[in-house]
Amino acid sequence: MADILTPTKALTVNPLKASQPIGASLAFLGLARAMPLEHGARGCTSFNKLFFMRHFNEPIALQTTAMDQLTAVLGADDSVVEALATICRKNAPEVIGLITTGLSEMQGADIPRTIQAFRKAHPEFTGVAVVPVRASDTLGCLETGFAAAVEAIVETLVPAGAKAPRRPSQVNVLLPGSFTPADVDEVRALIEAFGLAPIIAPDIADSLSGHLIDAGYSTLTYGGAPRAAIATMGQSAATLVIGASLTGAADVLAARTGVPDHRFPGLMGLKDCDAFVEALIAISGRAPPPSVIQARARLADAMVDCQFQLGGARVAVAADADHLSQLTRVFVSLGVAVVAAVASTRQDALADLPIEDVVVGDLEDLEDLVVARGADIIVANSHGVEIARRTGATLMRAGFPIYDSYSANSEVWVGYNGTRRTIFRMADLLSAHYREIAPHLSPLRQAAPEARPC
Amino acid sequence: MRPEDIHALMNEPTCAHNTKSKSGCAKPQPGATQGGCCFDGARNALVPISDAAHIVHGPIGCAGSSWDNRGTRASGSDLYRYGMTTDLSDLDVIMGRGEKRLFKAIRQAVETKKPAAVFVYNTCVPALQGDDIAAVAKAATEKFGVKVVPVDCAGFYGNKNLGNRIAGDAAWREIIGAREPAPLDPSRSPPGIHVHDVNLIGEWNVGGEFWNVAPLFDELGLRILCSFSGDSRFHEVETMHRAEANMVVCSKAMIHVARKLEEDYRTSYFEGSFYGVRDTSEAFRAFARVLQDPDLAERVEAMVAREEARLEAAVAPLRERLTGKRALIFTGGYKSWSVVSAMQDLGMVVVATGTEKSTEEDKARILDLMGAQARMISDNDQTGILKVFRECEADIMIAGDRYIHSTLKSRIPFLDIDHVRRIGYAGYEGFIELARNLDLVLHSPIWAQVRETPHWARASGERLRIAV
Repeated sequence: MADILTPTKALTVNPLKASQPIGASLAFLGLARAMPLEHGARGCTSFNKLFFMRHFNEPIALQTTAMDQLTAVLGADDSVVEALATICRKNAPEVIGLITTGLSEMQGADIPRTIQAFRKAHPEFTGVAVVPVRASDTLGCLETGFAAAVEAIVETLVPAGAKAPRRPSQVNVLLPGSFTPADVDEVRALIEAFGLAPIIAPDIADSLSGHLIDAGYSTLTYGGAPRAAIATMGQSAATLVIGASLTGAADVLAARTGVPDHRFPGLMGLKDCDAFVEALIAISGRAPPPSVIQARARLADAMVDCQFQLGGARVAVAADADHLSQLTRVFVSLGVAVVAAVASTRQDALADLPIEDVVVGDLEDLEDLVVARGADIIVANSHGVEIARRTGATLMRAGFPIYDSYSANSEVWVGYNGTRRTIFRMADLLSAHYREIAPHLSPLRQAAPEARPC
Repeated sequence: MRPEDIHALMNEPTCAHNTKSKSGCAKPQPGATQGGCCFDGARNALVPISDAAHIVHGPIGCAGSSWDNRGTRASGSDLYRYGMTTDLSDLDVIMGRGEKRLFKAIRQAVETKKPAAVFVYNTCVPALQGDDIAAVAKAATEKFGVKVVPVDCAGFYGNKNLGNRIAGDAAWREIIGAREPAPLDPSRSPPGIHVHDVNLIGEWNVGGEFWNVAPLFDELGLRILCSFSGDSRFHEVETMHRAEANMVVCSKAMIHVARKLEEDYRTSYFEGSFYGVRDTSEAFRAFARVLQDPDLAERVEAMVAREEARLEAAVAPLRERLTGKRALIFTGGYKSWSVVSAMQDLGMVVVATGTEKSTEEDKARILDLMGAQARMISDNDQTGILKVFRECEADIMIAGDRYIHSTLKSRIPFLDIDHVRRIGYAGYEGFIELARNLDLVLHSPIWAQVRETPHWARASGERLRIAV
């Protein structure tokens, strides 16, 4: 059981947190032929677009309603209608995610009424789904914004009622915003190994894994969960949900469809993975295939091999709450000492972590803890580079943003394979960073004799 | 900020297009807008002042996804690389606690970071709320004894260019003129040379690139009072009014400051660039001309002759590999012409250049350099730019980082010339680096491979359509 500490300071220094609108946008980037539209000033979107471009090394579909002096004061409903129509006309998307920001929320934008106005004014765009998400950046963080968008996607795109017959091999999968594209693929492979057909919504692996397409550049997403597939989620045999942040979305999906769900706190480490596989066996009625058994055995071997390097290593972790929980639990399960855990926002589940305390704060708090308690390795986003430099620790990049790595999005963290990979990477970093004991310079030692001229 | 203040900032008498409709200040089209807001522009312009604390007053959306995202480098304090924000919450907004929180935030910054000064950047939510950041700044300055500079730059006021102007205006009103320069130490100046004090305005030291050029200033006896604002300290900005000449490096965005200094202190200024051989040499000649120092002019010519000879030896083999290569340049403002001349120095053909943020003078310079057939692209839509690229049969796209991925998706060689890059291209040294990078990008073996259709796809009779 961990104490949740919330330092009272007025100034956030070196923010760990990214905003809710950015998290909501990420969810829509995992839908096919989609365009997230942020309802705010143009700068929010400009920043968020660059944030994701640098993180994913991909073009990012993202637009803004571009509120200005006038519309901020007099009402921006017309801008929303115009933006929706412009996007429909120019880009012909299947889905538009209409995401509010601090500015439009504070202004009191009435999104449902505005969508009605758009529908009335533009019947020619009836075929385009508009998914509204309330995502003020005065609340929450990237992870909660992502979860809010998943909830809205379920609410808007999955029909209520379970009239259609069930498809016994189809399963719904809700994954948290912290999963990399490679993580999503890993989950997909694991499920498919049991003969099941997953609908992963959103699916950022299909859209943001980084792949050249025949058409070259596209203004919409490069893949992602198709809207038509999401509409069939009510016919699935089961729903798999990972992470406490998606509780709300899972509740809505269950209420709308009656599909039974299995919820997991995370998918790292033997224990979490075993529980997940157990559920897959139950849903599919099949024994685990050899590939899964082999992966499990390899993970176990890696744990044995790397225990010298990881055991007792001091790690400081900073991430959004769900992500932090998952990392902390697996590190502890590997014998790593989690000396500092900083979450960007508060979540009740943090109290269940098997460490002394969790701080809700920023990267300055993390740095202070590293200085006070000492750490060998920092697990944080790319902003951790400067902290690692100042404190002499090494850095393992995780979370958002990662803007100085080419491989970050193809790194697997979850499942048997991902946990194994995480262990190897961490062990390599610690090995390279190993600090030898400094030489002792005794004042009693004789001075070296002066070199004689020869 | 009141509408009349915004209009006043948009009025720039030194701009030839001042009486025309202001293309740079056009209303954004909802649903089809690229580019940042005026908070973005204002902070970019001031954040390189390295020993100051830069506090973003607003919810996390403004600073959270954008802090420490510039390639600008400084030699002293690294305080400018700390991201600071008041991170306003729902309760702060509902209860109207923004100003109070800001005041406490300034206190914390002053107490924990010991900054030379504090900059406060206003954003949309507190601006709409009506937070009086100027009053908070004034109270905090008195209370904590550290200068607090309010920068009223909420995103909805306008575009990035306006933000640059707001920043320059804040510097001119709040900072410049507050201190006299430290006297020159004769033991440290080059013997027998009259030393002049000068400023650079709109030089950002991206990737430390100005450090390529700075030693030449020392050699010529040009003391840089302040490089506004790359690698600058707050106290240097305070002394800018005493320079004998100003060089405006980044075109029009900061010309406001140069004009005010000319009006108030009769300091002459000129516009120039350190990209390319011709421009670098011309910049030093311009200093000699403006300072009316024949001795300096002579020494500049000697230095230019020496550097250009040295450079030629290094660049000649690269020029051979680059001559005739066709470049499409898409970048804003002064870079739309200064980069053109740099490419031409390398024997390359510039087939088109972007003029999205360019002024009338920028465009006139392009015509001078490229001739009447110069193709200018004013629309910043990625798809459109790629279309022009193909029509012009260009070999390489040179643009800002915003265009990297759309270009690479299309399997087109790309060179990043924007302000988040870490490689310095300025000055004679930077020019060699630029040539080296162009050569590497253009001649990378990967292009042929990614454009190739794999044999198994051909065998199955299904030709992959390649976008190039």
